[in-house]
Amino acid sequence: MSGIATADALSAAEIAAIRADFPILAERVNGHELVYLDWGATSQRPRQVIDAEVAYVEQRNSAVHRGAHTLAAEATEEFERARERVAAFVGAAPEEIVWTSNATEALNAVAYAIGNASLGRGGAVAAPYRLGPGDEILGTELEHHANLIPWQELAARTGATFRYVPVDDEGALRLDLLDGLLSERTKVFAFTHVSNVTGEVQPVAELVRRARAVGALTVLDACQSAPHLALDLHALGVDFAAFSGHKMLGPTGVGVLYGRREHLEALPPFLTGGSMITTVTMEAAEYLPPPQKFEAGTQRVSQAIALGAAVEYLQRVGMDRIAAHEAELGRRLVDGLQQVDGVRILGPVGGAERTGVAAIDVPGIHAHDLGQYLDGRGIAIRVGHHCAQPLHRRLGTTASTRASTYLATTTDEVDSYLAALPEAIAFFRRLA
Amino acid sequence: MSELESLYQDIIVDHVKHPRRQGLHDGATVESHQLNPTCGDEITLQLTLDGDTITDAAWTGRGCMVSQSSASILAEQLPGLTAAEVGERIESFRASMRSRGEIPVDEDLLGDAVALEGAAKFVARVKCAMLAWVAAEDALAKR
Repeated sequence: MSGIATADALSAAEIAAIRADFPILAERVNGHELVYLDWGATSQRPRQVIDAEVAYVEQRNSAVHRGAHTLAAEATEEFERARERVAAFVGAAPEEIVWTSNATEALNAVAYAIGNASLGRGGAVAAPYRLGPGDEILGTELEHHANLIPWQELAARTGATFRYVPVDDEGALRLDLLDGLLSERTKVFAFTHVSNVTGEVQPVAELVRRARAVGALTVLDACQSAPHLALDLHALGVDFAAFSGHKMLGPTGVGVLYGRREHLEALPPFLTGGSMITTVTMEAAEYLPPPQKFEAGTQRVSQAIALGAAVEYLQRVGMDRIAAHEAELGRRLVDGLQQVDGVRILGPVGGAERTGVAAIDVPGIHAHDLGQYLDGRGIAIRVGHHCAQPLHRRLGTTASTRASTYLATTTDEVDSYLAALPEAIAFFRRLA
Repeated sequence: MSELESLYQDIIVDHVKHPRRQGLHDGATVESHQLNPTCGDEITLQLTLDGDTITDAAWTGRGCMVSQSSASILAEQLPGLTAAEVGERIESFRASMRSRGEIPVDEDLLGDAVALEGAAKFVARVKCAMLAWVAAEDALAKR
């Protein structure tokens, strides 16, 4: 599942073969070989994923789930096969996988479906999902804005109260406060699997167990876990999960909402219109079963098919081996960063289970300035608040410098960053 | 001079180490707070006016060297200028910043802001350089 990787990490020869599949990794930036350490923001695409999308567009492009001609049937078949692949990849059933434009839309789809139930839509079967004054939605201080603002808004729309699990001075969730925060008033508990800032893996099974004990629905932000860890959503027992295609070797424009079958069946839809109905009159409409109930309008067909190819690529390498590789890279990053004078790593470092993500603060030097220096060396890292302003504020900064790895990242790339960082710091210290 | 050195030249460093007109106070005529949502850089700029003429400028903020030095450079030259004169300077500076280095910064008109010319070559940094100038434009629009 998630957890400490037990498989062998990838060998240098395997990584070299993987890298040869990614055309962009041969690019030069500012006169240097590209050192791409921004996989957590968006991943690059291997030739196999690019080719799958091009082949679909060139040979089978057609409207899915409508029309009876050969191309339409082939397109539909391929579109649904991608859904089956993604479902199997995350341990779900195909009808539990809803295509969205991105993870943000997936999380909003859950929030709006619950909001619509709260307005009485969906009838009696949706009544158990209703929120109102006295009910609580629980979030965490670790969250990406995408798994925060939809819940603040849902609370504001329904009169429910939004609360959150704070983090400690290190950036670890205060699980000791969970008992006081989770109660029978808690209807939804939304949390991330892996922080996009600290890279720390959260104890999902434990959080689910505690939420279930009070009858709260769980919503998992899997954006930084689905690409990097072997994920089994049924085993984790979450009610909903969201992740994005472009962070897992797929294209932009496609994301995934996972919802347990009974929830997707009972909840009213978020977006409505074409392709999600059975009978429509001038007064009302009846809806298709899930997942189509949540897929109004023309779908992102070529992107979904390319995401299917991305999942196939990841499975061929092996998620347990990717997780082992990135656990090594993450450890190397953290160990190296701890040796650099004046660097503060955001998030727990000692013994914390992590992916290949490390964000740092260098007091006195702004992340944008550091990033500028590194970019001059061809090193692409992310600077800013990474859509997690509350976490940065809590940790006493407005912006950080984040390196993030993936299956194609080499130890040499990590070392290049670790070597350039003290030079960058020295450059700005000299100015000051 | 490397592109990096051209970005972080002495005038910029001097304004970061010794910011001019930093620190807000009561009694300003207009104020504007600007935030760059991609990095969280912030500038609050206050202007005190006598008719159309700026008699005092003050600012506070936090962020990268480009945004902070730019605020200091701008605030230093504002007192004594009319709103129209400031508008002319903002337009000139913006044209240079958006030109990817094609249009040099007019040193006669913009003084120390010539040191920010290096930022124009880095598309990602233009917003940093412009932040205080956008604040000035916004503040004057509130008159």
